[in-house]
Amino acid sequence: MNLRRALLFGGLAFALLLPLLAGALGLDYAVGIATRILILALAGIGLNLILGYGGMISFGHAAFFGLGGYVVAILSRHEMRGEPFMTWPFEVAGTDQAILAWPAAMLACALAALVIGAISLRTSGLYFIMITLAFAQMLFFFFVSLETYGGDDGLSLLSRSAAGPLDLHDPAQFYYLVLVLVLIALLATARWANARFGLALQGIRDNERRMRALGFATTRTKLTAFVISGAIVGLAGALMVNHTEFVSPAFLSWQRSGEILVIVVLGGMGTVFGPLAGAVVFFMLEEVLSQWTQHWMVIFGPLLVLAVLFAKQGLWGLVAAKLDRRG
Amino acid sequence: MLLLEQILNGLQLGVMLFLLAAGLTLVLGIMNLVNLAHGSLYMVGAFIAASAAQWTDSFLLGLLIALPATALVGIAVEAIALRHLYDRDHLDQVLATFGLILFFNEAVAMIWGPRALFLDPPSWLSGAVEILPGAPYPAFRLAILILGLGVAGFLYWLVARTRLGMLIRAGASNREMVGALGVDIKRLYTLVFGLGAMLAALAGVMAGPIYAVETGMGEPVLILAFVVIVIGGIGSIRGALVGAVLVGTADTLGRAFLPGLFGAMMGPAAASGVGAALASMAIYILMAAVLVWRPRGLFPAHG
Repeated sequence: MNLRRALLFGGLAFALLLPLLAGALGLDYAVGIATRILILALAGIGLNLILGYGGMISFGHAAFFGLGGYVVAILSRHEMRGEPFMTWPFEVAGTDQAILAWPAAMLACALAALVIGAISLRTSGLYFIMITLAFAQMLFFFFVSLETYGGDDGLSLLSRSAAGPLDLHDPAQFYYLVLVLVLIALLATARWANARFGLALQGIRDNERRMRALGFATTRTKLTAFVISGAIVGLAGALMVNHTEFVSPAFLSWQRSGEILVIVVLGGMGTVFGPLAGAVVFFMLEEVLSQWTQHWMVIFGPLLVLAVLFAKQGLWGLVAAKLDRRG
Repeated sequence: MLLLEQILNGLQLGVMLFLLAAGLTLVLGIMNLVNLAHGSLYMVGAFIAASAAQWTDSFLLGLLIALPATALVGIAVEAIALRHLYDRDHLDQVLATFGLILFFNEAVAMIWGPRALFLDPPSWLSGAVEILPGAPYPAFRLAILILGLGVAGFLYWLVARTRLGMLIRAGASNREMVGALGVDIKRLYTLVFGLGAMLAALAGVMAGPIYAVETGMGEPVLILAFVVIVIGGIGSIRGALVGAVLVGTADTLGRAFLPGLFGAMMGPAAASGVGAALASMAIYILMAAVLVWRPRGLFPAHG
């Protein structure tokens, strides 16, 4: 059993036992923090798909995070009030069922990603960064001026989604559900990174012209990845609105996009576990620094600069390099 | 009359955006550096000016102190952090300058406190001017407009007609060659960066009396400035000017008239919401449209 596997199994065991440990030690709030970390890791996994494996620098992925959250909150509100969400061209009722609302959130984000991606992928490099940012701002202002659903003040989720036998109001049950979703996402990333689609995407990242010459439909591959990525981040948003029981335009702010970007790069782009490592470290840093001073950003900002300058491969990248050397 | 006033407001927002976008596009075009922290310099400029104006009791002195002070801050940032990012890819630059934004916003909050400052326009500009018989317009906004146009003219002259401008343009198209021809590229970069910082500070000081001087004021404007240079074409001063005027007027006119327009078409209740939403999205739609039509902006600089 090599070190890498030991690390993974240790991490998994820790994640599985965390609610029990927290309960035994009287640190019940830790379950909430862990849930939050996992949700942001899921958002990171979504972005990693296009950023790490596809080389597409999206500075607007908070758009999908917020959109996913809003879909769940809006559907739930219509359910509470007993009003249909829309009546034309066909009637769609509100719902508070996770099994309906969460896929709806992913679908909405996939559609948004299809439109945004189709336009943004016409450009590349810096223009791509800026146009994804612009689309996120567009949706941000859309929700700010959407008075029906709270506008600037945001929208409360009166009750967490109903998920069959699970009670999501129980922190441990919600935590385990999020954990399972994150594990599925990690497994899927690991699987398709070595499948034809993932390999094609990585080929495009490294040399798009060559891949086109080899007969790959590069734009379609990139767009597909962009859509899947948007849907995953949308699911993370749907989970986050269940966690905070509140959604506001701040979910879509450009700072949030930057945060997701930082999580992926800090953890290690194009590695399966990078986003998870990034989310853990991001929150640990925030936790530690903010206990020290309320102006923790003043320290975190320069740390980020240093990390970019000196630790390009990210944390998981550093760990993985070390492990590989040991064999 | 209302239309004229709104057009002037739009132009005034446009020249302010141009001041920011000009620095941004020069740095981008020449050094190939995405500097998200450019908005922080705008903020720092506004804060220094507000403090200095309070201290000296003079808006003009505040302005005169803020410009070189912000240029110094910009040059320091360039020397400490940004210089190491020139040959990195855009992602590294975005992340590192994102870190700088966090730093600057928090540092400003630490130094000046969390509350917004106010910067009063000088008394001799606080009145209104009749631009047309019966159409008064705030003198300060008019002064911004004139000053902004003046700076735009100066920049055009600087870039198109002087030796320094020639070097800047040459640096934008091929920096290795310029270096090989014996130009001190490092000094040129520092100079351009200081110039950009000064322009950002000028925009910040001009925005001070109109908007509040507060932490985080730089980023919304910065994003607009990015929209401007993406529309105009990265690295092009002319593109920045055209883009800034387009964005400034589209944004202002959209906000002023779209809600009413939709209200007239669809009935006020539901429609003013749609109008307001569309108005705040207008410039991003404009940008997306321009990029679909011309993926490299209206005036792509030749690289």
